[in-house]
Amino acid sequence: MTIADPATSPDPNAETAELELLSFHVGDHEYSVDIMAVREIRGWTRATSLPHAPPYVRGVINLRGAVLPVVDLALRLGLDVEEPTDRNVIIVVDIGGRTVGLRVDAVSDILSFPRNALQAPPEMSADRDHAFIQALTILEGRMIRILDLGAVLPGDTDVAA
Amino acid sequence: MSDPMQEIRASFFVECEELLEGLNDGLQAMDDGDRDAETINVCFRAVHSIKGGAGAFGLDQLVAFAHVFETAMDAVRDGKLEVTPEILALFFQCGDLLYDLVRLARDDQELEEDRLAPVVEQLEALVETEEEAEEAVDFKPMTLSLDLPGLAPLDAGDGEGDGAAGDEARGENAGEGDGTGPFEITFTPLPDLYTSGNEPLFLLRALAALGTAQTRCSWDTTPPLAEYSSATSLLTWQITLETDSDEAAIREVFDFVDGLCTLTITRGAGAPDPSGSAPKPDMANDEPAPPASGPGSTPPPPAPVPDTPPAATAGAAPLASPVPAAPEPEASAPKPEPKPAPAPAPKSAAPAPKPAAQPKAEAKPAAANATVRVDLDRIDRLVNLVGELVINQAMLAQSVAAADLGGNGAIASGLDEFQQLTRDIQDSVMMIRAQPVKSLFQRMGRIVRESASGVGKSVRLTTEGEATEIDKTVIERLSDPLTHMIRNAVDHGLEDADTRVAAGKPAQGNVTLTASHRSGRVVIEISDDGGGINRKRVQEKAEEKGLIPPDQALSDSEIDNLLFLPGFSTASEISILSGRGVGMDVVKTAIATLGGRITIASEPGAGTTFSISLPLTLAVLDGMVVRVGSETLVVPLSAISETLSLRAGDNRAIGPHTQVVQVRETFVPLIDLGTELGYSTPRQNYEGAIVLLIAQEDGSRAALVVDAIEDQRQVVIKGLEESYGHVPGVAAATILGDGQIALILDPSDLLANASGLSRATPKLAEIA
Repeated sequence: MTIADPATSPDPNAETAELELLSFHVGDHEYSVDIMAVREIRGWTRATSLPHAPPYVRGVINLRGAVLPVVDLALRLGLDVEEPTDRNVIIVVDIGGRTVGLRVDAVSDILSFPRNALQAPPEMSADRDHAFIQALTILEGRMIRILDLGAVLPGDTDVAA
Repeated sequence: MSDPMQEIRASFFVECEELLEGLNDGLQAMDDGDRDAETINVCFRAVHSIKGGAGAFGLDQLVAFAHVFETAMDAVRDGKLEVTPEILALFFQCGDLLYDLVRLARDDQELEEDRLAPVVEQLEALVETEEEAEEAVDFKPMTLSLDLPGLAPLDAGDGEGDGAAGDEARGENAGEGDGTGPFEITFTPLPDLYTSGNEPLFLLRALAALGTAQTRCSWDTTPPLAEYSSATSLLTWQITLETDSDEAAIREVFDFVDGLCTLTITRGAGAPDPSGSAPKPDMANDEPAPPASGPGSTPPPPAPVPDTPPAATAGAAPLASPVPAAPEPEASAPKPEPKPAPAPAPKSAAPAPKPAAQPKAEAKPAAANATVRVDLDRIDRLVNLVGELVINQAMLAQSVAAADLGGNGAIASGLDEFQQLTRDIQDSVMMIRAQPVKSLFQRMGRIVRESASGVGKSVRLTTEGEATEIDKTVIERLSDPLTHMIRNAVDHGLEDADTRVAAGKPAQGNVTLTASHRSGRVVIEISDDGGGINRKRVQEKAEEKGLIPPDQALSDSEIDNLLFLPGFSTASEISILSGRGVGMDVVKTAIATLGGRITIASEPGAGTTFSISLPLTLAVLDGMVVRVGSETLVVPLSAISETLSLRAGDNRAIGPHTQVVQVRETFVPLIDLGTELGYSTPRQNYEGAIVLLIAQEDGSRAALVVDAIEDQRQVVIKGLEESYGHVPGVAAATILGDGQIALILDPSDLLANASGLSRATPKLAEIA
């Protein structure tokens, strides 16, 4: 099985190239995203909710004059959700040209390891979570989940519903 | 952008668009019966200028076609060809082809020859018949230009040769008897002309290429050696030009040195009489000139002067032919700056033409408004910045209010002024983006011609309100839906000629395109005088396709609106124009994304009218800020007809879940905004609730229940579609003074969804 490279990686062929990830907490779980996809990290502000939107879309916020949709990652991943607090942060990521905010509980670390240390997630169709996991890796005994950003974004069908 | 040639090229294509617009205007005017010579001239000049520019960029196909077109037009201009509807139709077709050629040339492509060939043939056939007729009667314009090679030596030649050739040329001209004499051109380069790398020789050669040119060079003043600098410009050329080209063509030669020289062009009346005596002063001018080069002092310029006046007094009055001006030269004489002090007297001969030419030259810029071409990106940036300014102003006002400084008169009035200024700036900036719909309408003229010939109908397009201005983006995005609707009108709307005649209508169908401002919006109407919507067939069709349940009693307007359902197309035969399954629903969506609405009015036997109502600009809107649940929303002010607060008994239940509000003598459906948008559950009691009465273009109304009305203000529209996607019932978002985002409602979309028509559709489709 081949390992899916993060779509945003600058050079997908460089197996040994260092990969930098931003790791964060959603509830009790630790996830990470390719740092190259991260535009900025900002504190939580109240979002204006959108009618007819899927529940995990918290709404839109004002990002210096631009309208930024915010996805609640906990809701999206089907984890236990608490109401957002001021201690939560929004990670602004660039997904295929679209800018989206991800609400997470807290940002924890910047990790760095060779690209070939990534493993594809084992197939477990029962786990609806796993559709959002692009790869896994082990760092200092911890399992690091790498989020598939493309899957997090509300698709067109979701929006139309 | 770094390549200057690319920039020139780009501006050429921009000019082309303007010229094509002018051409189209002219043709349209001719089509409307205008046979004024100037109208034809404008068309001719437009094609000619395109040809000239295209030649400079080596766009051979464009040049070749423009040339053929121009030749035919020239024949019309000279009155050798009668303007018939057939010729006009051909010219229109040529205009369209020219448009395509220019378009393709911009992308470095060429048009398939087989599209051009038949038209070129027709044009050539026109010109040939005209030429045959002409050869018998008159000189061909070509004959003169054939003289050209022989003339070349004249430029360099001595006085005698000049005079002789001048005689000949004049003789010919007199023979033509068209009453136009040679052009007298005085050309004095300013020092800048040389420093900018221009070369008078090339200009003179270009002039000589237009016809027979006699060129004389003189200098009026030689400054004392001490003051002399190699950078000063002392030379003046006087050219007598025999040509078929008009003044514009001559001016074109000097286009590149515009502003770098003093240029006067006059045309002597070519009466046979002066033609004989004219060479005399010419020779006089010529002869003194060479000797003048010897002494190199002041005397030479005066020399021609004594000569000329005698000639004038002699009664032949050749140069005095631009006579009325004769007394004025003294007044205008001081003008030529390069030759100051000694000039007045000697100049009287040369500038004699000036007064005649100058008013003309000055009149031109006065007629056309001065314009600046600006990159659209820069304007958009400005629009965005002004948007931020508006938000900022609102935030400032809000913080001042929060800080309770309202009691301070200076601050309050300062804020008021600031608000007023912001608004003015915003309006002005929006004006920059506004453009008349004319260019759009012209494109539609072409669509009508093409689609009419495609289905074999004779159709005339009438346009009104071309000067109506809308945001440029709106114009651009309107092109596709409008094209589709025009095609529909021609293909489905209008009956064929036989049916029309049988119904007592003229055989030629009429499609009218109008634009007008109506209460802060732009309304564009596309109407045809066809058979109207066949409602029975529309309903059958919709039932057939499972879009509506069978045997439903529908009102006329409901049936008309079925046309907008996805997958609806009434054409029983799929023609080349329409009926490809992408129907009016696409049009409706396109209009909706522009913040517009579309409505239909149709009368059986009399025709159908589609009305598109659009906002003036996409960037700002006047809105009412309301609170619904915990959210703040903006409702476009244009949609609200009144606001009221419900009393007990105003609202009545009409079904288990629906209610209506009695407004005076009518019932209006009640829509609880909080429930509709999912912000809150329906309330138990509507007594005291605040209601916004929404009135739509099509006359339908609704009562929106909100929790509170907070403010009424101008908001800057921020698109939601690109960052998130379409939200039903929501047009866009905006940022309020507190930095929070508020959604802007789209009442018509909201009502369409709430009233059930569009919501019922997918369900029915699933069943089918």
